Amino acid sequence: MTKKKIKKPLTIDQKITRRNFISFGVFGAAAVGCVFGWKWLYNSPIEAKGITGGAHKPLRRALNKTEIAFRRFFYSENHLVKTYPKSMAAKIVRYNSDIGIEDKKPFNIATWKLQVKKQNGDVLNVTLQDLKALPKTEIVFDFKCVEGWDQISYWGGVKFTDFIEHYNLHDQTQLQYVGMETPDKTYYVGIDMPSAIHPQTILAYEVNAKPLSLDHGAPLRLIIPVKYGIKNLKRIGIISFSNTRPPDYWAELGYDYYSGL
Amino acid sequence: MKQIKEKHSLAMRWTHWVNFPILTIMIWSGMLIYWANDEYSITLFGHTFFKFFPEWFYKKFGLVHHLSEGMAFHFLFMWFFFLNGILYVAYTLFSGEWRELVPQKKSFKEAWLVLLHDLHIRKMTPPQNKYNAAQRIAYTTIIVMGIGSVITGLAIYKPVQFYYLTWICGGYHFARILHFALTIGYVLFFVIHIIQVILAGWKNFSSVINGFEVMDTKPKPIIEKAHDEEKD
Repeated sequence: MTKKKIKKPLTIDQKITRRNFISFGVFGAAAVGCVFGWKWLYNSPIEAKGITGGAHKPLRRALNKTEIAFRRFFYSENHLVKTYPKSMAAKIVRYNSDIGIEDKKPFNIATWKLQVKKQNGDVLNVTLQDLKALPKTEIVFDFKCVEGWDQISYWGGVKFTDFIEHYNLHDQTQLQYVGMETPDKTYYVGIDMPSAIHPQTILAYEVNAKPLSLDHGAPLRLIIPVKYGIKNLKRIGIISFSNTRPPDYWAELGYDYYSGL
Repeated sequence: MKQIKEKHSLAMRWTHWVNFPILTIMIWSGMLIYWANDEYSITLFGHTFFKFFPEWFYKKFGLVHHLSEGMAFHFLFMWFFFLNGILYVAYTLFSGEWRELVPQKKSFKEAWLVLLHDLHIRKMTPPQNKYNAAQRIAYTTIIVMGIGSVITGLAIYKPVQFYYLTWICGGYHFARILHFALTIGYVLFFVIHIIQVILAGWKNFSSVINGFEVMDTKPKPIIEKAHDEEKD
C-alpha cells in the first residue's frame, strides 16, 4: 500500500461498479455454493446398516450430536411427564403396529417368562406373578407417536426402578444402556439409562386397569413416557444391559436413536 | 450527480439471504413430517373447505413416506435457523437498527395509507424512510413469527424437557397447530413479499445484495453543500 503513493480517489461510478462487482460476485458464488452444498447433502451416502441405519451419513452424525446436546443441557429426571385424571384416558387405546407380536406367530402367554440378562452372563427368569407381587404403579399420560398423533392413556405395572431395586440390579444400571426385545427378537429397542430409570418408566401389564390385550403387548410391555411410542416395546421377552447402544428397530430404519421427548 | 446512499447493513443482507435456503429446507422437511399425521383442515359447520394437504400435492412434491428423512433434515437445519435468527436479532438490537424496523405508534395508522396506496386507491405516497409503516409491521412480525416457530418447535420436539414452553403454547396439540400455522404464514408472507419486491423494482432489490441505492440528485449549482455526508 505504501508504494502506491498517488492514487486517485475512486469516482462515484467506480465505487458503484466496484461494490456491485464484489457484492453480486459473492452473492452468485454463495448461491452456486448453496446449490452444490445441497446436492452434496441430498445425495450423500446412506449409512451402512449397523446399530443405526437408513439415514444420510451427515444427518446421522447431526442426530447423534443433537442427542448429546439435548441430553447434556436439558434432560433432567426431575422433568416429569404431565399426568391426567383417569377420566380423561381413552377408552379405546389406539393400536398402531404389530411388529414382533403378529397374530400369525405362535405365542403362549402361560409359558412366557421375562429373561433378564446381566452383563456377566447371569440370566434371571421372572414370571408375571413375580412382577404382580411388586408394588404397582399407574400412570395416565399423553402417549406420543413419532408420526405426530398422541393419546391420553392409562397404564399400570411395575416401575422400572422398583424392578431394579427388587432384583438388585443396581450394578447393571451403572451401564449406559438397556436393551429390550420381543420373544421372537424381531422388534427391539435400545434405551439410554437415564431415560430407563426415569421415575415414570414402567413395565406395564395393565391398560385401563385390565390385563393387556395381545394387541397392546400382553403380557408385559414397556411404557416409557419420555420417549416416542416407537421405544415403548410391546411383549418384552428379554431385557439386557450394556455400555454400547443395543440394536434398535427404528434407528436401523433412519430414525433418531434417542427419540426422547 | 450520482450519490451512493447506504441502505442495508452487511449483517442484515447476510442473515436475510442465509435464511432463505434454510427456511425453504425447514418448510420442506416439515412437510415430510406433517404428512405422517396430516390431520389439519379448514372445516366450518361440518363442511371441509380445504384439507392440508390434498393427495396430489403430496405426490407432486414427493412428500410421501419420508418421515424419518424429514426429521433428520429438520433437526439439523433447526440449528442454523436458530443461530441465523439469533445473529440477526442480536445485531439489530445492538446496532440500533431496530429503530428503523420496529413499528412506531403512528405506523399502524400509516400502514393503512400504504395499503391504500399499494392498491391504487389513494394517490399520495406515504412516508417511506428506510422502511415504510407497512414494512415495519411486516418485517417485525416475521421476526416474531421466527421466534414463535422456535418456541412452538421446541414445545413439540421436547414436550417433557421444555414442558413450560408446551404450557405457554397452550399444550402439545395447540403448539403443533401454531407451528403449522406459522409455516403457512411464511408461505403467505413470501408470496406478498415477492410481489412487493417485483413492484418496487430492481434498485430496491439490488440494495439487499449490495447494500446501497444510487441516488440521482440533480446538481444544484447555487446552494451547494461542500461535502454532503451520505447520511440521511
